[in-house]
Amino acid sequence: MASIKINNLGKVYAGDVRAVEDINLDIADGEFIVLVGPSGCGKSTLLRMIAGLETITEGDLFIGDKRVNGLEPAERDIAMVFQNYALYPHMTVYNNLAYGLKNRGFPKDEIEKRVQETAKMLEIEQFLDRKPRALSGGQRQRVAMGRALVREPAAFLLDEPLSNLDAKLRVQMRLEIKQLQRRLKTTSLYVTHDQLEAMTLGDRLVVLNQGNIEQVGSPIDVYNRPESLFVAEFIGSPSMNLFSQADLDGPTNENAAKHLPEGTDILGLRPDQLLFEAPDTPHIRLDCKVALYEPAGAESHLYLILNSNGQHVTMRVHGEPPVHEGGDISIYAPVSAVHPFNSTSGRRTD
Amino acid sequence: MVENNRWGNILAHTILIFGVALVVFPVYVAIIASTHPSGTFLRGTIPLLPGGEAWENYKTVMFEGRSRAGTPPISLMLWNSFVMAMAITIGKLSISLLSAFAIVYFRFPFRLFFFWIIFLTLMLPVEVRIVPTFQVVADLGMLNSFAGLSIPLIASATATFLFRQFFMTIPEEMLEASRVDGAGPFKFFKDILLPLSITNIAALFVIMFIYGWNQYLWPLLITTDPNYYTIVMGIQRMVTGGDSEPLWHLVMATVVLAALPPVLVILFMQRLFVKGLTETEK
Repeated sequence: MASIKINNLGKVYAGDVRAVEDINLDIADGEFIVLVGPSGCGKSTLLRMIAGLETITEGDLFIGDKRVNGLEPAERDIAMVFQNYALYPHMTVYNNLAYGLKNRGFPKDEIEKRVQETAKMLEIEQFLDRKPRALSGGQRQRVAMGRALVREPAAFLLDEPLSNLDAKLRVQMRLEIKQLQRRLKTTSLYVTHDQLEAMTLGDRLVVLNQGNIEQVGSPIDVYNRPESLFVAEFIGSPSMNLFSQADLDGPTNENAAKHLPEGTDILGLRPDQLLFEAPDTPHIRLDCKVALYEPAGAESHLYLILNSNGQHVTMRVHGEPPVHEGGDISIYAPVSAVHPFNSTSGRRTD
Repeated sequence: MVENNRWGNILAHTILIFGVALVVFPVYVAIIASTHPSGTFLRGTIPLLPGGEAWENYKTVMFEGRSRAGTPPISLMLWNSFVMAMAITIGKLSISLLSAFAIVYFRFPFRLFFFWIIFLTLMLPVEVRIVPTFQVVADLGMLNSFAGLSIPLIASATATFLFRQFFMTIPEEMLEASRVDGAGPFKFFKDILLPLSITNIAALFVIMFIYGWNQYLWPLLITTDPNYYTIVMGIQRMVTGGDSEPLWHLVMATVVLAALPPVLVILFMQRLFVKGLTETEK
């Protein structure tokens, strides 16, 4: 177990293609960090740089107190879980787990002990003498986890480990991974593009965009106070409604604008922050047409079209809303709920 | 294609049976002929039923030979052929595995250039380069030796190319996983690549063995010492080398024996690659 320190880390491919730029991050011992971002944002590259599978072209990487820039993956004391598991197809589950230990010259009885313990923890004992192809997707995933666990490394690196599973299994494995990490307290880095996984798993989120860190923080902080337009749109489902100040007219909205920080020209409102009735405090008023009502059980989604510019607005409501498709409706939101942004800088203004 | 057409079935089977007969008949004739005494063939007819001299004939060709008729005992030739074929097979497999490994997994200057050079040699079979190769082998003093018989035939662009293609289908994560697991390049080759290639190795083994076994022109050129004659040369010498009429019953026995080892290799290796085929799953 160890902390990980990332200083000004960068990756430039041949031909001056920048995949990752000037990343700074301190990961505490035992912390569960989730790297999240759209595809191509550099999250996998960053993880693979930490693993040692990609060379580091700029900056420094410390695992524990040791600078590991030039070390082979095996020398960094990390373990990695791959998206497609990368189990050795010709080896039994036992040998898949034992291979890393064998290569490190562990004595036979120690290997046996560790493999059995790990298998027990992951409930794959009965599969130890099977080969990976005789296992289901979920079982393979467990074996892949086991191969990482059995080594008792300083850090786990997980590269979208759940994306090959079906939806139900994904939720189950998500819980198990979280419980496992809580119990073992091993520093973990988890890469995903699924924001639900990101929100539920991480102690801290690192939101990446085009090779840069957009925001680092606990899932709730990132959700409640997105620091940039990109994070605002990326985190949260359905995603945040963004309105241009210029499209909001009428005396109510003009009054509301006075209460917003200087430089604000984009107003963000989460779908669940929109109300059917005007609050007493200064507020935003949106005149819309109802396009679609989508009931989903406990909560429903209402898709509206803003009259002033035809923009789509998503609203999340509980119970049955007092609307009918095609009808007119005015919805409101208190100014205090607005996430104010500046479109030029892309940052938050308050 | 599930069709229930009675006449179609009959037609298809007729064609297939005819084809099989066409291929099997000469083999049958050879086996039958090898069981008759020498006199049978002088009458100019080829018997179609087995004779009673099988044991005698096979014993003669294996251990006694008829030197007057140009037929020394063939056990030595069989052995020579076997050694040459095995040396060529194993040599070809090891060299092509290693060069494919280098080309796919290592970055070195002119990597693509070397790949294309290897690939180009596909166009130069032994027969094309036979004169310069002979010169080289002769200068190196390898005439009349197993080294001379096998080494010039060992380099194989075909096998290198096939292994390269196969290695490129192995997901990159496999290499990365083994790197994280602490396996260096050689361990990766030995523990991961080789076991995964076993099907291809078995299939190529069969092809290469038969290729080596059937070599005719090259052994004919570089061996003058009967101790290094191979079986395929031997058959030819039996037919043309003697002073008298060829002893057809012995020639046929030799032919049957010469055809046997490749068949055995196929039978043995078949289990391996059928097993490999049914077990591979990606």
